[in-house]
Amino acid sequence: MKFWRVPLDTEQIVVTRGVVHIIEERCKGCGYCIDYCPRGVLEASSRFNNRGYHPPVAKQPDLCVNCHYCEAVCPDFAIYSVEAAAQSISEHPVK
Amino acid sequence: MNGSTAPKHPLDGLLRTDRIPHIWCPGCGIGTVFSSSLIAISSTGKDPANTAVVSGIGCSGRGAGYVNLDSYHTTHGRAIPFATGMKLANPELTVVVFSGDGDLFAIGGNHFIHAARRNMDLTVICVNNLNYGMTGGQAAATTPHLAKTSTTPRGNPESPFNLPLLAYASGATYIARWTMLHTRDLTQSITEALTRTGFSFIEVLAPCPTGYGRKNRLKATDMLKIYQEKAMVKNGINPAETILDLEHGITLGKFVEYDRPTYAENYKAVCGE
Repeated sequence: MKFWRVPLDTEQIVVTRGVVHIIEERCKGCGYCIDYCPRGVLEASSRFNNRGYHPPVAKQPDLCVNCHYCEAVCPDFAIYSVEAAAQSISEHPVK
Repeated sequence: MNGSTAPKHPLDGLLRTDRIPHIWCPGCGIGTVFSSSLIAISSTGKDPANTAVVSGIGCSGRGAGYVNLDSYHTTHGRAIPFATGMKLANPELTVVVFSGDGDLFAIGGNHFIHAARRNMDLTVICVNNLNYGMTGGQAAATTPHLAKTSTTPRGNPESPFNLPLLAYASGATYIARWTMLHTRDLTQSITEALTRTGFSFIEVLAPCPTGYGRKNRLKATDMLKIYQEKAMVKNGINPAETILDLEHGITLGKFVEYDRPTYAENYKAVCGE
């Protein structure tokens, strides 16, 4: 993240990180998680699942901040995120 | 990241996973509302053994069949009477009615207004998809004026119910409206409704891409975009001033919360134990 000066509390601020898990066989390909991920982590994969839908895939898994929105908006209980080790703000990747 | 190590969804404990994937169409919002309800049920900290879910008939009515709690899939329109009986027989239960607009407000409309009038201690979650989804997308009591459905190909000549106003006029003591996109607010509202006493009514707008969406040329994501762009959160507004118009705006928020004696309290006071 770029700052015009380094904030005084940079050392204390940590950004949560998450790992997205996708249960592909439950996915019906509605695309809500892809459209509404605030960090743009997901995209539709070219693969088919066993029902003929394209499940999402994490194209930029490092951007996930474990907000759980994909988990909340998914109508099919097919995606969730779990917490990963937090990261200092200074090394957080810029979108 | 495709979860190769037998992934387990956090809500699997509250789901009858052998019945998942559910029957709801791709892009249907009921699953999201259902998910928010389950998150709310688990976040109240109450014993799940003392929570019961009652559904009527329709797409949303399938909810009772997917929840791994005591649940009851009732006859059409009669979810509230069954829930009322359950609550009166066992006052310790937290009873949630999860059903659709057609079940609760068309065939079950009278049951709704009388349960609200009596202030029965129930939480009623109404998934409003603006049409009768399961039977083929016919016009319902909530279909907007001029909207096309399979029974109104030239546009709906009727006016829809204003559900928050109907609930308020009938005597509901907690009234909120959200869309399935506002999952956080929705979950918080359901949690509040579950932890308070009195008749709580939460209307949730959800897209029906197969029924309403196809006739009105709205894909599921178009409907969500409307929710995002037209939503106006106005907490505490008079329910008479709320609007639900996909072109001009959708009023969301927690509109009403007040306390008055429930049916059980009044019954005890008048008729004794």
